[in-house]
Amino acid sequence: MSGKAAEKVTPLSAAHAVGWIAAGRLDEIPRAGARVISTPAGDIALFRTLDDHVFALRDQCPHKGGPLSQGIVYGHKVACPMHNWSIELESGAAVAPDEGRTACFPVRVEGDMIYLALAR
Amino acid sequence: MKEQLVVVGNGMAGMRAVEELLKLAPEKYAITVFGAEPHVNYNRILLSPVLAGEKQPDDIVLNGAAWYAEHGITLHKGKKVERLDRRACTVTAADGTQAHYDRLLLATGSDPFILPVPGKDLAGVVTFRDLADVDAMLAAARQFRHAVVIGGGLLGLEAANGLLKQGMKVTVIHLGAVLMDRQLDGVAGAMLKKSLEERGIRFLMEAKTAELIGKQRVQGVRLADGTEVTADLAVMAVGIRPNLVLAQAAGIYCDKGIVVSDTMQTYDPRVYAVGECVQHRGRSYGLVAPLFEQARVCANHLAEIGYARYTGSVTSTKLKVTGIDLFSAGDYLGGEGCEEIVLKDPGRGVYKKIVLKNNRVQGAVLYGETLDGAWYFDLMRDGTPVADIRDALLFGPAHLGDAGHGGRNVAAMSDDAEVCGCNGVCKGEITRAISAKGLFTLEEVRAHTKASSSCGSCTGLVEQILAATLGSNYSQTPKEKPLCQCTDHTHDQVRAAIGANRLMTMRAVMEHFQWRTPDGCPSCRPALNYYLLCAWPGQYADDAQSRLINERAHANIQKDGSYSVVPRIWGGVTTPSELRAIAEVAEKFAIPTVKFTGGQRIDLLGVKKEQLPAVWADLSRAGFVSGHAYGKALRTVKTCVGSEWCRFGVQDSTNMGIALEKMTWGAWTPHKTKLGVSGCPRNCAEATIKDFGVVGVDSGWELHVGGNGGVKVRATDLLCKVKTDDEVMEYCGAYLQLYREEARYLERTAPWIERVGLSYVKQRIVEDGDGRKALHRRFLESQQHAQKDPWAERATGKIAQHEFIPLKAAV
Repeated sequence: MSGKAAEKVTPLSAAHAVGWIAAGRLDEIPRAGARVISTPAGDIALFRTLDDHVFALRDQCPHKGGPLSQGIVYGHKVACPMHNWSIELESGAAVAPDEGRTACFPVRVEGDMIYLALAR
Repeated sequence: MKEQLVVVGNGMAGMRAVEELLKLAPEKYAITVFGAEPHVNYNRILLSPVLAGEKQPDDIVLNGAAWYAEHGITLHKGKKVERLDRRACTVTAADGTQAHYDRLLLATGSDPFILPVPGKDLAGVVTFRDLADVDAMLAAARQFRHAVVIGGGLLGLEAANGLLKQGMKVTVIHLGAVLMDRQLDGVAGAMLKKSLEERGIRFLMEAKTAELIGKQRVQGVRLADGTEVTADLAVMAVGIRPNLVLAQAAGIYCDKGIVVSDTMQTYDPRVYAVGECVQHRGRSYGLVAPLFEQARVCANHLAEIGYARYTGSVTSTKLKVTGIDLFSAGDYLGGEGCEEIVLKDPGRGVYKKIVLKNNRVQGAVLYGETLDGAWYFDLMRDGTPVADIRDALLFGPAHLGDAGHGGRNVAAMSDDAEVCGCNGVCKGEITRAISAKGLFTLEEVRAHTKASSSCGSCTGLVEQILAATLGSNYSQTPKEKPLCQCTDHTHDQVRAAIGANRLMTMRAVMEHFQWRTPDGCPSCRPALNYYLLCAWPGQYADDAQSRLINERAHANIQKDGSYSVVPRIWGGVTTPSELRAIAEVAEKFAIPTVKFTGGQRIDLLGVKKEQLPAVWADLSRAGFVSGHAYGKALRTVKTCVGSEWCRFGVQDSTNMGIALEKMTWGAWTPHKTKLGVSGCPRNCAEATIKDFGVVGVDSGWELHVGGNGGVKVRATDLLCKVKTDDEVMEYCGAYLQLYREEARYLERTAPWIERVGLSYVKQRIVEDGDGRKALHRRFLESQQHAQKDPWAERATGKIAQHEFIPLKAAV
C-alpha cells in the first residue's frame, strides 16, 4: 500500500482508530531513498520513491535477512544490499525468478506527515 | 481497439520476437500465431538429444499452451498459411482460417534441401528438421536396421549419432573430403571422423548420391560410382533453404532469403521477418543466437521504441554429440596474409588451430579441448590485438595468469560437481535449469540458478556448460553489452556522450539516451554516478542515493547489518599514539572484533550504524581519515620496510608508499584499486599482484600494472623502469587517471588491461610523454575535489545525518 503526498485522505482521527502511528515527515526521507523506523513490531524500512510515493516493508530481505532500508531504491523497487535481490515495494514480493515475500505495512501521507499502520 | 499482430511461424525465432515484444509492450497488440506443425513452441535445437534418447519431446517445450492463453495469444497450430494478401492485409491458412493484420511477422524458417535424385519420394526417406522427422526416425529405428545419412555436416552427424544410439547401423555419405567442411579443416575433420568411426559409424567420403533405390520403401542408396549401400532409412541432411514461398508469392522482395533491413522490415514496411527465412546484408543464419538478436530488434520496432538495429552476427559452432568436444568459429582455413598457430597432439586427441591476420584472431578450430573456445571467440569478435599474448595464445586465458577455475573439462564433470563456489551451484542444477526453463544466455542462467552471479570466476565454466547443453545454438553474451536493462547503449557509448554533449547530470544522461526507466536501476545508477563524477570533477554533485550502501555510509556493511570501520594508516606505518587512539575507540564503543586486514590496516568490526558518526569523530580527533576500505576507490598502499631497516632493501619503500597514498587517497575509481611498494626485488609487499605495483631496484624503480590477488590471481605486467621518485609519482597518477577515464565501471585494472592491451597502456603512459603529463595533471585536479575526508564531514553532524539516525515512531 502506498500513500502519495497531496493525495485526498481520510481524516487523521479515523486513521488513528485502526492503529496508525506518526512515522515522521516526508522530507526526512531522501528521494529514491529510505530510512529505518524502530517500532514495537521491529525495524521497519520506510521508502520514498522518486515519484514521492512512500512504502513500508519489514527491514528484512526474504532471502537472508538483509536490511532492505540500506538498498538502492529505483522505480517502485528496492535492491537488497546483501545479494542484490529486488523486492517490489508495493507488495514486498521478490522480483522473479527469485521467490519470497517480506511483510508490508499500510502507509498514508497527509500533507507532509507519514503515518504507518502496524496492526494488519 | 488493439492493433493486430499476426505471426506466421510458431518456431523459435517468431516466438522469441513475441516474448521480447511482451516484455516491452504487453498491451499493444492482439497477437495471432499460425504454426504449420501441430505443436506448441518447442526448442528445435534439442531435437538431437531427443533422437539420441537423452531427452523426451515434453522436455523441449519452450512455451506451453498456458503461455499462449496467459498472454491472450490466438494460436492456430497445424495450420499452414498459404496466402498473404498485402492489399487486404490478411493471411489465409490451408483450411481457410483467415486473419487480418496491422503488422505481420514472417518467421517461416527454412526447409531442408532435398536432393533432386530418383527415389527421393520413397517411404523411409526423411529429413531432420522437426518433431515429425524425429518420430519417423525413431519408428524406423524400432523396426529396421540400416540407416544412411546423406550429408556429413553438423546436422547429419547429429542425426547419425542419434540413430546409432537407437541401435541402427549407420552409414554417412558425404560429398566432400572433410566432415563438417563448413566448420573444420582437414586435420580436425579427420580426428572427428576417426572418433565417430570408433563409435561404429561408417563413412563414405567424396561420395555423390545418384539414386535412392526401392519400390515403396527405400531399400538402398546408389552412388555415382555405382556402389550400393543398404538402407531402410535415408536421412537427407544436405543443407537448408530459407522458406520463401509465402513471401515470394505475395511479391515481397526475396533473394536467397526474404530481404530485410537493419530493422528487420521487408520491403513492405508493415511486414517484418526474422529467423532462418531472412537474408540480412547478404547473409542468412541457421543458428539460434543471431535469430534471437534479430527477434530482439524486431520486437523493439514492433513496440515502437525504434532505436535498435541489427547489424549482423559473428557465429561459432559446437557439435552436440555427447563426448565429442569440437569448436569452430570464423575463418578456420586461413589463406593469404594469414598465419596459423597450431597445436596437434593426436595421442591426447587434441588439436587447436588459431588463424591470425594482422595480429588479430581471424578464426579458430578446437578439437578435444574446447574450454577456451569462448575466449577465442571474444578475441575474434572484439578484434583484440593479440601481439602481447601471442606466446601463450594456444594455452588459453588460464596461462595468462587468469587462474580462476580454468582448465576444467566440462564434458568430464559429473552432475554433482560444484561449478559456482559462491552460491553452491553444481553442474546438474545448471543443465537441468537450461533444459527445463528454456535458458539460452549467461544472464538467464545467472538469474535462475545464481551460478556465476557473485564473484564471476566460474563464468567461463557456465558458458561452457551452456554451450555443451545447447550446442552451437546458445546465445553468447553479446560483444558490446548494454550498460543495463534500462538502455541498449553500452558503457563506452554513454561515457563518450557525457563528454561530447556536456551531460552534467544523471537526468540529462537518461534523457539523452531515452532510458526505459524513470530513475534507472541498481546497475546503471552507480555507474552513471561514477562516470559523471570522473568527467566533471568539482562540478557534478555526487548522488548519494545512487551509491551502493558501503559508499553511501562510508563503511562496510556486514552480514548482521552492522558496519566495519578501517581508518587510513598511511603506507601501513603507524605510531603508538595512533594505536592507542584506535584501542580507546574500540573500548569506548565496545567494538567486538579488531582485525588486521590484508592491506596492512586495522579493521574495527561490528559497529552499529548509529554509532558511526561518533566513532569517526573520535578517530578524526586522533588525526585519522577514512581508509575507503568500502569503496570503488583507492584502497591501500601496502609497503615493506625497505632500505630504512631492511638489510636487503635498496629503496625507501615505506616513504614512497606514504607519498603515493597521500597523492592518491580519496580517488574514486571504476573498481577498487590497490597499490603496493616493495624496497627490493624480493618483493615482500607483493607489489606484483597489485593494480599498480612499485618494486625498488638498485637503479631506481620498476613499475608494474594490472595485478590482482583476488578471485583470479593475475601477476602484473611490467610497464617500465624509472629512475626518480618524482617519475614514480607522475607515472602512477597518469596511469590511475587513464584507468579512471577509460575503464568501464566495475572493471578492475587486470581485465581492463587484458581488454585494451598492455601495448596501448605503454603507449599512453610511457611513450607519450606529453599525454602522460596531461593525465597526471588531470588526476591532481580531480584529487583537489576528492580529498575531503567523508568521515570528518559526517562526524560533525552537518552532512547526511538521515543516513545514520533512525526515525522515531510517535504513537
